[in-house]
Amino acid sequence: MAGFLSALPGAASQGLIWGIMAIGVYITYQILDIADLTVDGSFCTGGAVFVVLFAGGVNVWLAMLAALLAGMAAGLATGLLHTVCGIPAILAGILTQLGLYTVNMAVMAFKSSVALPITQEDMLDKLLVSLRFVQGSKSGYPIWRHPVVVVGLMTAALIAILYWFFGRELGAALRATGSNQNMARAQGINTDWAKVLGLVLSNGLVALSGALMCQYNGANNIDVGRGAIVIGLAAVVIGEVIFGRIFRNFALKLLAVSFGAIIYYVVITAVLKLGDLNANYLKLLTALVVAVFLTIPYWKGKYFSKPVNPAKKEELPHA
Amino acid sequence: MLDMKNIRKTFNPGTVNEKTALNGVSLTLEDGDFVTVIGGNGAGKSTLLNAVAGVWPVDSGSISIGGTDVTRLPEHKRAKYIGRVFQDPMMGTAATMQIEENMALAARRGRARTLRPGITRDERERYRETLKILDLGLEDRLTSKVGLLSGGQRQALTLLMAALRKPDLLLLDEHTAALDPKTAAKVLQATERIVQKDRLTTLMITHNMKDAIVHGNRLIMMYEGRVALDISGEDKKRLTVEDLLARFGQATGSDEADDKLLLG
Repeated sequence: MAGFLSALPGAASQGLIWGIMAIGVYITYQILDIADLTVDGSFCTGGAVFVVLFAGGVNVWLAMLAALLAGMAAGLATGLLHTVCGIPAILAGILTQLGLYTVNMAVMAFKSSVALPITQEDMLDKLLVSLRFVQGSKSGYPIWRHPVVVVGLMTAALIAILYWFFGRELGAALRATGSNQNMARAQGINTDWAKVLGLVLSNGLVALSGALMCQYNGANNIDVGRGAIVIGLAAVVIGEVIFGRIFRNFALKLLAVSFGAIIYYVVITAVLKLGDLNANYLKLLTALVVAVFLTIPYWKGKYFSKPVNPAKKEELPHA
Repeated sequence: MLDMKNIRKTFNPGTVNEKTALNGVSLTLEDGDFVTVIGGNGAGKSTLLNAVAGVWPVDSGSISIGGTDVTRLPEHKRAKYIGRVFQDPMMGTAATMQIEENMALAARRGRARTLRPGITRDERERYRETLKILDLGLEDRLTSKVGLLSGGQRQALTLLMAALRKPDLLLLDEHTAALDPKTAAKVLQATERIVQKDRLTTLMITHNMKDAIVHGNRLIMMYEGRVALDISGEDKKRLTVEDLLARFGQATGSDEADDKLLLG
């Protein structure tokens, strides 16, 4: 139990970082209605670009920006494969993801893991987040440098920007594309461009999250993004199931995704620490959790739907 | 307003499912024409409208709207000139978005989407007023998700959206076919009001011959991918269903089509 409690701040920190990725997944999966598998690759791309640039002496914010742009480029690749080349979205994502493995390796000079120079105090001090900032008063770092505070503020800023964006004409066009492509085109929306833009935005956020995770861990590993899409989906569905009824506003829905990621991470940590489980069980566990959460709404609709009032049925010929 | 010249479209060419849906259609609509389109199943009515809307490119021929050649423009670019209502009530609106958001999308039809606000306060007031014309109480439900509305309500809203930004051409593809008779009549009334108000140039497909005769100033009947009959002016005003069937028989040399027409 003590092990779990002491792991809690770290779990919350990691959950928040995954939460930014999950918000990216929300944009494609919920808003655009595309299951984008680029994520597994672009998460690592963000970390790879960051680790190489930062270790090379580039300013931390510039390195983050570069990671964001690299992720956006990955999203662009998937978007163009889907819209210009006519490849189904899921396959386009898989192709980009596969290709990104080589790109990520190349960025990291064909090493499967590259460490940040965090043993040097001055370099460590330049990072935005690190596992070493978590360890309370022992670490000697002030509370406002705690990852929960830093990533929490970043998440709030991102949600504010996205809330603003999706209330604009362009953002509304994206939502319309995800809701009904026929309608969107009839209203003069270029649905191909909307999908590409959504994929670019989404993967930019995913890579940003990857750059943060790389700082947190102090290194970037080629495998770091494996299963990221499933964690993102877990966050989206957990957030929806738990907060769906009370969080109606769009900004709150995004917040629910972030909370979903934290809850996911805390639960996983609890299972690992309390159950004394080998960490290799994690992937199977995650897959099962997501499968269950995706099944519940489907079965609910299929087996437990309320009968339609026959008087009202007449009004709904296509329902 | 609309000028179609010798339009041809064959689906699945070179396969067993090959179907020539439009076989050299030419059609010109004057400004303010309200044309009703009838014809049996597979006569090419919907294909005609989809050709104008640009759902897919035509095989040959040219289409211009208000003097602009749109033959090579993709669907979303032609939307600048065209308001559309589909047969399926689910197709014309975004179910997960609010009524006012749907209207705001329609109000920006044909304009570049930028980072300007998706909807303004003035617009909301305007939409509230506009929705009153439907007489469905939707003006009090501006922020309801469209997915909560009935098929008839959604179809009426789609119609309103199609005309919100005055289109050069209004395309109605059997837009009352999926509704129960009472709702269909209501939506048709609303159609008449909206078309008259702005004197919209309109193409309306219907499966109901009476509706085709009652509404509009011109009637065309399609048969095997061509315009078989084109009746307008005084001639159209005096038209009866029996008349129509007789003249269709003369024009095409077929009487077996009678049943097909009545049933289709």
